[in-house]
Amino acid sequence: MAAVAEFDSVGLRYGTGAEVLRDLDFRLRTGSFYFLTGPSGAGKTSLLKLLYLAQRPTRGRIKIFGEELTEASREELPPFRRRIGVVFQDFRLIRHLSAFDNVALPLRVAGASEEDIEGPVREMLAWVGLADRASARPPTLSGGEQQRVAIARAVINRPELLVADEPTGNVDADMANRLMGLFTAMNRLGTTVVVATHDVGLISATPGAQLIRLENGTLVDPTGTLRNPPGAPRGKA
Amino acid sequence: MFDWLFVSPAERRLLGAPRFGGPTPWVIAIMSFSIMLIAATGLALASTASLMSQAIESRYTLQVPGGAANMAALLQAVRSSPGVTSVEAVPESDMRQTLERWLGPAAESADLPVPALIDFDASAAANLTALQQRAAAIAPGSQVVAHRDSVGPLLHSLHLLQWVAFGLVVLLSIAASAAVVLAARGALDTHRFTIEVMHGIGATDLQVTHLFQRKILIDALVGSLAGAAAAAVVLLLLASGAALAGELTGGATLGVLDFLVLALLPFALTMLATWVARTAVLRSLRKAL
Repeated sequence: MAAVAEFDSVGLRYGTGAEVLRDLDFRLRTGSFYFLTGPSGAGKTSLLKLLYLAQRPTRGRIKIFGEELTEASREELPPFRRRIGVVFQDFRLIRHLSAFDNVALPLRVAGASEEDIEGPVREMLAWVGLADRASARPPTLSGGEQQRVAIARAVINRPELLVADEPTGNVDADMANRLMGLFTAMNRLGTTVVVATHDVGLISATPGAQLIRLENGTLVDPTGTLRNPPGAPRGKA
Repeated sequence: MFDWLFVSPAERRLLGAPRFGGPTPWVIAIMSFSIMLIAATGLALASTASLMSQAIESRYTLQVPGGAANMAALLQAVRSSPGVTSVEAVPESDMRQTLERWLGPAAESADLPVPALIDFDASAAANLTALQQRAAAIAPGSQVVAHRDSVGPLLHSLHLLQWVAFGLVVLLSIAASAAVVLAARGALDTHRFTIEVMHGIGATDLQVTHLFQRKILIDALVGSLAGAAAAAVVLLLLASGAALAGELTGGATLGVLDFLVLALLPFALTMLATWVARTAVLRSLRKAL
């Protein structure tokens, strides 16, 4: 099975500081569901940044969707970013836009017409329980509501890779289950999902998901299944 | 071609800030006002210099230091010279009237030697050396003086002032562009978060720039037109004075082409500001991943 992301001896440092990620070698199989875990400061958010192309590695090579993007030019990145949905830990909603406009943003960036945007966005807002808050701006929404808007924005484009950083941190258990249900449903439709979380309950409630554990910037992969996933050609990516 | 000018209401909402809220239109308006006035001055100077130049190009004076004793013979000598198209003796009374400004009543004294002057126009084919020799044979010391030689320094100054005006227009345009660059960078800083989010979901630099350049174009256009309108009012108020100046310089005023140039200046300034802002925004965006 093809890999949606391939990391080969990847390292990352910010400025002149120590490496926050070291010697990462792994492949994410297309259509799989991964949980990224590890203690605070282990490098989970940095790894996610590399995955959603917000950061370049300082060494090693990264392939996303089969394309070598380590040294890709800025102009080459947007088409790949449009295939990735991201749920940020701090939501990153645009404060002066309504919930509707925030969710519609990826579709507009992709060039969809307003007629093609209206229906899916309303549907998505209804799905996350915010149909009646479509015109509300983020500062007037609760933390949980903002998180749901952020998730709706991440999945509205039916991304091939969904990356979520603590996506259920601000919602109640019921909504967390619903959101994970959404992620699972998307995964069944072929989306590769990577969720960074500390929530063990969430992990155990998602059968079939694979764990990626980071400790002190390095990958814990004792069985080698991350480096050589079942069904993938043997050897490094 | 101009589709980049038209963005949807949704795209407009992305920048959120109220239109014309910042100082950019005001700065552009002041620059446009100054540019228009300086350009109008420069064009008027060019027109004046051109008219003066045309008027004196073929104009000469025969100076006779000893006075008008042989005036009739001198006039005949000038008239009969090949290439001379018109001849006119300057009356002695006019000379004394002119001298009276500096000398007072003493200018009327018969003891004051006043040279005789004969103004004439000559084509390029005229042999001025031969004319001078003939005049000198009648009245020794006679000399042909070309008006362009005596008015040359004034024309040179006028041309210099034209270039100064042109230079000032260029400098003010650069200053306006610099102000727009600062405004564009300020807008980028203000909207940095929005830009990061847009980049994160796959927006290209051109898509981001599209939002800014339209807003800057509108700000620049409004500012340019407002400044130009204010300058037009000032120019109209100065019109009577300009007409008087025009009479003094032989009817030099702004022509149709000059007005066309002035009318196009605000739009040129708008285009320059927009292009500079677009370039500045694109350069700033390239610094991000």
